[in-house]
This record gives sequence, C-alpha cells and structure tokens, in this order.
Amino acid sequence: MTDTLRTGLFTGLVVLLIVGTGVLDNWNLALIIVNYGLISAIMALGVNLQWGLAGLFNVGVMGFVALGGLASVLISMPPVPEAWSAGGVQVLGALAFGLAVIVALVASYKRTSGRLRAGLMIVLMIAGFFIFRSIFDAGVAAIESVNPASTGFLGGLNFGGDSGRDWPWIVVIGWPVGGLLAAGAAWVIGKTALGLRSDYLAIATLGIAEIIIAVLKNENWMSRGVMNVIGLPRPVPYETDLQADPGFVEAAANLGVDPVTASTISVKLAYSGLFGVFLIVLLILAQRALHSPWGRMMRAIRDNEVAAEAMGKDVTRRHLQVFVIGSAICGLAGAMMTTLDGQLTPAGYQPLRFTFLVWVMVIVGGSGNNFGAALGGMLIWWLWVAVGEYGPDLMVWATSALSDDSALRQSLVDSAPQMRFLVMGTVLLLILRFSPRGILPEK
Amino acid sequence: MEFLNGLVFLTNFVIIPATAYGAQLALGALGITLVYAILRFSNFAHGDTMAFGTAVAIKITAGLVALGVTLGPLPTALLALPIAIIVTGLLLLGTDWLIYKFYREQKAKPVILVIVSLGVMFVMNGLTRVFIGVRDIQFTDGARFVITVRQFRDATGLDEGLAIRTTQAITLVTAVIVMAALFWFLNRTRTGKSMRAFSDNEDLALLSGIDPDRVVRVTWLIVAALATTAGVLYGLDKSFKAFTYFQLLLPMFAAAIVGGIGNPVGAIVGGFLIAFAEVTITYPLKKVLTYWLPESMAPEGLVQLMSGDYKFAVSFMILIIVLLFRPTGLFKGQSI
Amino acid sequence: MTDNAYQDDRGNKDRSITKPGGGTAQPVAKGGKSTAVTGSAFLVGQGMTGGYGKGPDILHDCTIAVDPGEIAVIVGPNGAGKSTAMKAMFGMLDVRQGSVVLDGEDITRLSPQDRVVKGMGFVPQTQNIFTSMTVEENLEMGAFIRRDDLRDTMAQIYDLFPILKDKRNQAAGELSGGQRQQVAVGRALMTKPKVLMLDEPTAGVSPIVMDELFDRIIEVARTGIPILMVEQNARQALEIADKAYVLVQGRNAHTGTGKELLADDDVRRSFLGG
Ligand SMILES: Nc1ncnc2c1ncn2[C@@H]1O[C@H](COP(=O)(O)OP(=O)(O)OP(=O)(O)O)[C@@H](O)[C@H]1O
Ligand SMILES: [Mg+2]
Repeated sequence: MTDTLRTGLFTGLVVLLIVGTGVLDNWNLALIIVNYGLISAIMALGVNLQWGLAGLFNVGVMGFVALGGLASVLISMPPVPEAWSAGGVQVLGALAFGLAVIVALVASYKRTSGRLRAGLMIVLMIAGFFIFRSIFDAGVAAIESVNPASTGFLGGLNFGGDSGRDWPWIVVIGWPVGGLLAAGAAWVIGKTALGLRSDYLAIATLGIAEIIIAVLKNENWMSRGVMNVIGLPRPVPYETDLQADPGFVEAAANLGVDPVTASTISVKLAYSGLFGVFLIVLLILAQRALHSPWGRMMRAIRDNEVAAEAMGKDVTRRHLQVFVIGSAICGLAGAMMTTLDGQLTPAGYQPLRFTFLVWVMVIVGGSGNNFGAALGGMLIWWLWVAVGEYGPDLMVWATSALSDDSALRQSLVDSAPQMRFLVMGTVLLLILRFSPRGILPEK
Repeated sequence: MEFLNGLVFLTNFVIIPATAYGAQLALGALGITLVYAILRFSNFAHGDTMAFGTAVAIKITAGLVALGVTLGPLPTALLALPIAIIVTGLLLLGTDWLIYKFYREQKAKPVILVIVSLGVMFVMNGLTRVFIGVRDIQFTDGARFVITVRQFRDATGLDEGLAIRTTQAITLVTAVIVMAALFWFLNRTRTGKSMRAFSDNEDLALLSGIDPDRVVRVTWLIVAALATTAGVLYGLDKSFKAFTYFQLLLPMFAAAIVGGIGNPVGAIVGGFLIAFAEVTITYPLKKVLTYWLPESMAPEGLVQLMSGDYKFAVSFMILIIVLLFRPTGLFKGQSI
Repeated sequence: MTDNAYQDDRGNKDRSITKPGGGTAQPVAKGGKSTAVTGSAFLVGQGMTGGYGKGPDILHDCTIAVDPGEIAVIVGPNGAGKSTAMKAMFGMLDVRQGSVVLDGEDITRLSPQDRVVKGMGFVPQTQNIFTSMTVEENLEMGAFIRRDDLRDTMAQIYDLFPILKDKRNQAAGELSGGQRQQVAVGRALMTKPKVLMLDEPTAGVSPIVMDELFDRIIEVARTGIPILMVEQNARQALEIADKAYVLVQGRNAHTGTGKELLADDDVRRSFLGG
C-alpha cells in the first residue's frame, strides 16, 4: 500500500466515523466530536514533534494544555478594575520581587562557590521567601475579597465592553499567547532537565504538570481556582444572538431547519472552521519542518546522536528547541479548548485524559508521521466519546441475557462509563503489539 | 516544658503522619525501583497496581467481616492482605506473560516498555474502576488508637497531646518487616542474589546459568507484594480511591529517583525524605514556633510555608534540587 | 530507524524512565534438545556460519575444536570474529549453519543455561564480572547451577588467586583490571566446568600479571580441563598452545599446533610482526 493511499484510507475512516455519528445519532454530537477532535489533533501534533521527531518523552502535556487554558482566561476575560486597584500592583510587585530573588539565587550559584555560596543561597532563599510571602499574601487577600462570588480575581485584558463581547477577536489572540506561555514554561523545564549528562525529562514534565495544576487550583487571584472561571467570551456568535437575528431565522427556514438547531450547528461549524484553519496551517508547517534541513538534522540526531554530535551539532540545544515548540503547540491547543469549553475548570485537568490520552493518539496514529498523529487524535477522540456515549447502551444490550435485577448486570451497566480506560489501554496495547509503528508509519 | 510541648505537638502533627506516609511511599518506590533495576523501565502502571491490589484486599475484607472473621483490635484487612498479594501477583504474572514477555523476546528498547506500561496503566485503571468503582472507601476496623490524646496527657501531664493511630503503628511495623525481609532476600538468598546479578549484567547472568524468565517472574511477585502492601497500608491510614492511587505515582517516582533509581536503600530514604518535606512544608507550624521561640518572636501568621495543594510541588522541588547537584540521586542508582 | 520497530527508541536517553545497558546476547532459545553424535573432538564448533540479528554473516564456515588436556588458542586481527565464534559455541548467538558438539552430544539447539549445566564455562571479553556484587558473590553466581556445597571449590579458587581471598567482601567493580580478570576466570571455574572458554583473559593487564595469569591457566589445563582461549598476545599464546587457529574475516585462515604456526612464515609475517 502506498503512503498516500494509506493516509487516504485513514482519513476516510475518520470521516466515515464522524459522518456516521451525525447520520445515525445527531449532528450536534458529531460536530462536538469534530471540534474537540481538531484540538486533540493539534495536541497530538505537538507531542509527535517531541516524541516522533526527537524522541523526547514528555508526560506533562496536561500542564502545557492547562497553561494555554490560563492564557485564554488572562487574555479574553474582561479585567476587574476593583481587584486591580485593591491589590493588583502589590501582587505583581511581589512576583517581580520573587523573580529578582530567583535571579539573585542563580547569580550567586554561578558567581560564588564553597561555603559562601551555600550560606548566601540559604539566606537568600529563606529571607526572600518570607518577604515575598508577606507582600504577596496581603495583595492576594485584597484581590480575593473583591466580590468573591463572581470575580475575586484580576480578570483578563479584554476591554471590549462589559463582558468582553465587543472584542471577539481578542479570544483568538489568546490562543497563540497560550502557546507562548507554554513555551516559556517548557524552556525553563527543558533547560534544567535536558542539560545534564543523561536527561530526566519524563519525571520533570510529570512533576511540572502537577505543579501547574496546583497553581491553577490555588491561586484564586489569577484563575479563581476551583471556583472556575465561567462565561469566557467567544470568537464566534452566540446562539441566542443568531436566533434573534431575523436574517438568520429566515435563512434557516429556507433550509427547512428550525432556528434553534440551525444556530447550535452554525456556532459549532464556525468553531470547526477556525480550528480547522489552525490545524491545517500547523500541519503544513510541521510537514515543511519535517522535510526541511532542520527536520533532517533532527532526525539525524535522533537516529544517531553520537554521529550528529561528532559533526558538530548541538544536540541539547536542538532538543530544547523541539521541546519548546512542541509544548507551545500543546499550549495553543489548550487555549483553544478552554475557549471551546467556555470555562476554565482547573479541577478538570486529569493526567489520564490530558497527557496519556494524547500519547495514545500519537502512538496509535503513527509517531513520526504528522498526518498519522493528527488523524490518530481525531480517531481516538471519536473512540473516547463513543465509548462514553454508547458504552452504557451497549452494555445494557450485551447483558440483556441476564435478568433485569441481576446484581452482576447492574454493576456491569454502572461501570460502563469506566470502560473508556479499558478500551483506550487495550487499543494502545494492540497497536503496539501488532503495528508498532502506528496506523500511518513514519516514512 | 514549653520545649517538650512543642516537641509533642510537632511529633503528633508532623513526625508521626510523615513517618507513616514515608513508609508507604518507600514501599511503593521500592516496587518501582525493582522493576527499573531488573526490567529496565519505569513502570507507569505501578500506582494502578497498588490500587488493584488494595481493591482486592477491600473486597476480601468485606467478605471476611460479613463472615464474622475479624482480627480483634487489628484491622481485618491485614488478614486479607496475603490473599490480595497472591491475586495481584497472578495478575502481574498474567500481564507479563500476555504483554511484556513478547517485548523482551523482541529485545525491545526500554522506552518501548515504558509506553507499553502506559497501556497497562490504562487497562489496570479501568479494571480497578470497574471492579470497585470510583468512590472513596474506608475499610479500616478494629481499635482506632494505640494511644489517645487523653491517655497521653494524663500519663505525662503535658498540655499538648499525642495520639498514635493503630493504622500508623501497623504501617510502620509492617513496613519495617517487609523491608527487612526484602533486604534479607536480595542479599542472602540464592534467588535474591541472582536477581541482583541479572540487574547488574544480563549477559553474564545468562552465562552463569541464571534463568532470566525466573528472575522476571520472581520480580513481579515481589512487586505485587510490595505494591499491595503499600496500597493497603495507605488505604488503611487514609482511605481508598482509585484516582488518589494513580496520583501517588509522582511522589513515588520522585522518591525512587531522589534516592537513586534502581537502588532499594535509595528508594526507602527517598520515600521518607519526600514524605517529611511534604508534611512539614504544608503544615501550619505556628504552634510549634510559639512554644519554641521567645514570646517577642512568636509568629503572627500560620507559618504554613505552602498550601496543602502544593505537596506535589514539594516532592518535585526536592527532586530537582537533588538531581541538579547529584544527577544519579542520593545513592548511586541502577543496581540492586 | 532500525528494522525492528520494537527496538526503535528514537534516541531517547531519559534516565528517569529507562535503564541503559541491557543484554546484547541473542541466545539460542530455551527448550532445545541435544542429540548423541560420535567421532569428533571433545568440544567442537563445526562449520559455523552466522551473524548478529538479521545482519550479515560474521562467521563463514568456521571450525574450532579442543580436546581434554589441551589448550587451544584462537588468534586473528581485530574484528575477525574471534569473540563471535566463542559466543556461537556457547549459544549466546544462534548459528545459521553448522553445529556445536560437546562430549559426544550435539548441543547446537541448547540454550546457554543448558550448556552451563552440560559443563561449559565461559569468560567473555568484556563485562565479565558483576561489578556491583562482592568478589565472593561473583563466585557464588558462577556456581548458580550448583546445589551442593561450594566451599571446597571456592577454597581452590582462592588458592589459585590468593588476592581474591583478601578482597572477597569488596565490590568487584572496585578491583584493578588484573584482579577483575582473576574474578572473571574464578567465576567461570566455580561450576567445575568440563571445558573452559576464555576470551582475551589477559586484556589490559601488565606483562607480569599476564605471565602469572598464563601460568594459572596452564595450571588449570594440567588438571585435565580443556581450554579454548582467544588471545591478543599471539606469540606468547602460541607458545603454550597445543592447537591453534588463525581467524581472518570469520574464516579459518591457518590451523595447526602452536609450534607449527609460530614457524609458519605467512603467519609470522601477518600476525606476529615478522
Ligand atoms: N553485538 C553485536 N552486534 C552486531 N555486530 C557485532 C556485535 N558484536 C560484534 N559485532 C561485529 O562482528 C564482527 C566481529 O566482531 P568480534 O567481536 O567477533 O571480533 P574479534 O575478533 O573478537 O575482535 P577483537 O580482537 O577486537 O576482540 C565485527 O565486525 C563487529 O562489528
Ligand atoms: Mg573479541
């Protein structure tokens, strides 16, 4: 089978599954799958860049996705002026102070040595920590006491009207900003974890992801923590606005669809269009990168690091580069996802869903193959939703031989939602065993 | 007196809980380190193995209690533990036979096995959830305390009290027994030494007539015992929830790596180090300092260095600091 | 990328999740049976052809044999396939053609463990000790297949290599190069093998220790154990050899007694430096 044919068949399968869902069940669900599937495909592209192209084992995808989500809040939410005047400056000042302490720590680590270094660093660390906390805590308390039920945080940078509805474009700006935020974090992690003789990126990313989630859950002044930020502005029209628009109602009537359905479908289609554009651009960029001298060099390093190093390639630097880019893509996807959700729910970030599921997507789709990873993202996302949606019904049907009040049947039906994990694991194991290069192998 | 009161307070709220938690982490980290040393990969399914083993123990405990079999003051789960270990051991042997063995025969690179273990993690996670659900489960019974606060106060006449929960005492005793047995096994028995030999040099082990398959089987059985014990102790001490166990992966990995992954002594030291750091840094120390410092210096705030949600951050910061200075961990890793 | 997708680690070097340095042997699978044959030397690799994995043949119809009371020596340039031939005879490498016969039994299909049980002992060229284990534990692991009392054998080995007795509770990885080689030979002797195979036992040791090691090896040979040995110090090795093989590019180039080869002009010119 030629590569193009394989890619075509795989694309066909994904399209078929989604159209099938639309035809057999409903188009709203199908479009939801498409939208989240497109985002998953972007995440898979990011991880594929790291694993497929450079062999970097990033198990902190969740953290970068969450950072993207945070960025989307910080950019697209309207600011809370009272909170800013209550403690905004103080908190920012505290953060600047904290940063200065860290810079001083690094400087004293680099410039001094021996006892002096140890002493200096300990004093700096302890004094710095307590001074930081005293400035910071007061500011935070002030911010969080401003109307805690609805705000209690600083808000974002959207000056477009009351709830930010006048500036829908700023939401789209927030997505690449999410990428930048993730890239910054990735740079710091990569710098520490990739530099040593043997790297320890896996544990570092695993840890940092948990820390980022902890920050999001805890720093209410920034993200409202577990109280969630809801009602994020959208880059696309609101259903209610469409339904109130006579032109739209008429167009819907001409198509023979009732306005409510038409509006929900239109909004989703608008999202699909936006995400699709992003995915296609990223795919083109990724393909070009793969076949550029840079991509060839990355693969040369991956396949024989010693030889590449002997040829004067700075392996660590290249790894850092690819790690930062891949994480940025995950951050971008994370920002898009938060926009699509319309809310930021820090407690909703779970490693199985946001890190390891993305890995399943990449491995199943085909690591090292951009189309493979992206299609794998769509396919696995479809499967994830399908098992959740249809699993319970399927289980009811599968156990119909058992009597209605059988305890076994009851527990099987109850546990159907948990089948997702079983199915994902099984799919991953089967692919690894029988098609270890994935559905679309790297050329 | 002031000093003693402070010390008792610290012991009660920091030292005892951290010791118990440290022992649980150490047992978990030992399992991770053993797989790493012998099978050469980090087993991401370890947290879920713990969860599975504990779930089995919970079901058996429920069965025993229903039959009226209990251990008196001790939790019935201790009685269920050996059976749960056997069931978990069978599961791991089955997993190895069905999944990992193939990759060993293919001479698969360790990182491939890591990815395989991600698949196993998903499956085991699903299995546990289907088997016992996602709820929070308390399964401890018997006497709650070895010493209560009141007994302690009456006995010592101090203002501050100190309580030792049965589960904490059991955790420590069991952990000490299990660790001693493990070290005896690895350093004194023929099979244990053959495992160390295999971990050190696979080819030479083969030349010496050591059967790799047997080494791997024994390893999985020990890992099952360590994981189930760690899981049951943790569950008795706190409570059981599948998701919490999955989350223990990070501190356990951190403990194993801080100590020097592949090195059992390192895993134990790492476990306690991580536990003490987590508990100390996230517990409000105001009262201790009030006792210990002169009145003029008594702190105003809670002196909680970080909020409890940041406990993972603590494990992680320690890990990074140690790795920056000693890339191989505290004890030189990669050998058992 | 490699042919085998399972061996494709994409250059990942993450030590927090993977431990480097696994075994490289591609041993004969367990469960094979041996069959009786007649009329050949005590240990013989007959017409061995084979290589690593799916790679090209390294050995081409290579034959090596040794009889009781003899020292057989293999010499040849670097990369000739000497170590490969030794591994093939020990089952650490599956030969594609040819057979291995030990004491009237065709053992070609036996796994390395089974060959140890049949009485073969092997000291590989590199990584031939358990560095993290003590000297005594190394010896114990050598005798892994034995269930009887090891103390006598161990005492004999300490007699042969007295320095090991002093160092017996020290980690073998902390010993000097020469001491390590002694541990390696001692480990292989612990099974009381019927035949001993040594791959460059004198690599990296000083001339004095080398002489001593040669003396020890001769001592072992006197006890009746046939010895098959690869040596880089061709002249010295040929002097003590009853039988000698010159391997070039995986083929038998010259065969004869040690004396014959020492006298052979061709051999002298190409391998002994004139
Ligand atoms: N594990 C292996 N996998 C693949 N090829 C190998 C392996 N070991 C050795 N080779 C190849 O087999 C050939 C013969 O190697 P071998 O080690 O047998 O040489 P040798 O005669 O022992 O050399 P030396 O004198 O340097 O020890 C070499 O070309 C080498 O590259
Ligand atoms: Mg050699």
